Amino acid sequence: MKIVISNASDDPIYEQIARQIRGHILSDELREGDALPSIRGLARELQISVITTKRAFDELEREGFIDTVTGKGSFVAMQNKDLLREKKMKQVENILAEAVREARMLGIGREDLMNMLAVLCEEE
Amino acid sequence: MNEYILEIEGLHKKRNGFELKDVSLRIPYGFVMGMIGANGAGKTTIIKLILNLLRRDSGSIRLFGRDILENEVEIKERIGFVLDRPPYYDDISLRANARIVSMFYRKWNQHYFDQLLEEFDLSPRKKFGKLSQGQKMKFGLAVALSHDADLILMDEPTAGLDPVFRRELLERLGNLLLDDKKSVLFSTHITSDLEKIADYITFVHDGEVVFSATREEVGERWCVVKGGRELLTAETTALFRGHRMSQFGFEALCDDTQAVRSRFGDDVVIERASLEDIMFYLNKGVHHA
Repeated sequence: MKIVISNASDDPIYEQIARQIRGHILSDELREGDALPSIRGLARELQISVITTKRAFDELEREGFIDTVTGKGSFVAMQNKDLLREKKMKQVENILAEAVREARMLGIGREDLMNMLAVLCEEE
Repeated sequence: MNEYILEIEGLHKKRNGFELKDVSLRIPYGFVMGMIGANGAGKTTIIKLILNLLRRDSGSIRLFGRDILENEVEIKERIGFVLDRPPYYDDISLRANARIVSMFYRKWNQHYFDQLLEEFDLSPRKKFGKLSQGQKMKFGLAVALSHDADLILMDEPTAGLDPVFRRELLERLGNLLLDDKKSVLFSTHITSDLEKIADYITFVHDGEVVFSATREEVGERWCVVKGGRELLTAETTALFRGHRMSQFGFEALCDDTQAVRSRFGDDVVIERASLEDIMFYLNKGVHHA
């Protein structure tokens, strides 16, 4: 699992960690039931404070991405519907992003692209 | 078990024209506190008072839930310290120095100590007095880490250390903190690398604690505001803890980000204050007030 912290970023460090772990779960790199590194272990590896790391985990727990079992550590949670929805949304976003990239390469303008999308939506 | 490894309350000390006033701070088990302030703010005095190397005038200092005045020997065995002026003998070797120190600790781990010396590239045969400033600090650190201490106290541990060793120090502290019963208190006048691993920041200014809070709380409350000169009036100055004027605008420090945001909205730029910003503006505020 990759976690990269930027000190130059405006985002707080806990937010950067939470976002990246969330990303790993949504991309299925981390699956339901997988163990996460311990808070203190992660703090040591990233050379950041324990409280910052804990806050990232608290955030993920509140959002339902992970469960924490006292004395055992944190695990990727059973995925709920909202989570799945967000996951699917992310997939859609990725596919659209790819379409935009392709279009750009072919020199298809924004308006034409929008029209194409509108037509596709109509057809449904 | 008590929740705090170190609890200081209402600490007073007068000494050579300097006064420490009503200092209070707490470190829970398993966390790092950085004590930050300009030279002469009182950081070293606080650390010496914790170790009972100076007598306090009043207030209470509890370590592991107990008063050091009543359990000094027992408590000190559980503290590892690195002081600005290391208490070792100049004319004898590191090995001999270590032999003397080790007699005071029941849990002395010679094997680990030898290993640290090797890792820090210190020859046991060398005389302590022949070491450079940075090497003395390394030796002190090796001693502090070699008797399974629960609390590590360090006064300016990065003074005289190159960046390579500062990183190494970070790594050591990280390893130590894998144990959630161990804590660290270090003083510094700002080194960004150490700042990152501090869970709590205590800011000492002119003998008083300005704040003692988690790093996150500090980051959320304190900000630097930048805007046009016309915005700096008597009314708005009251919001600030110090400011700097230039020909083109002002910069000011504030400890209530939300108040500034609601007062100025988009007319100013608001940035998170670094600890260095806080130190700079507070010092400035005092000199020019």
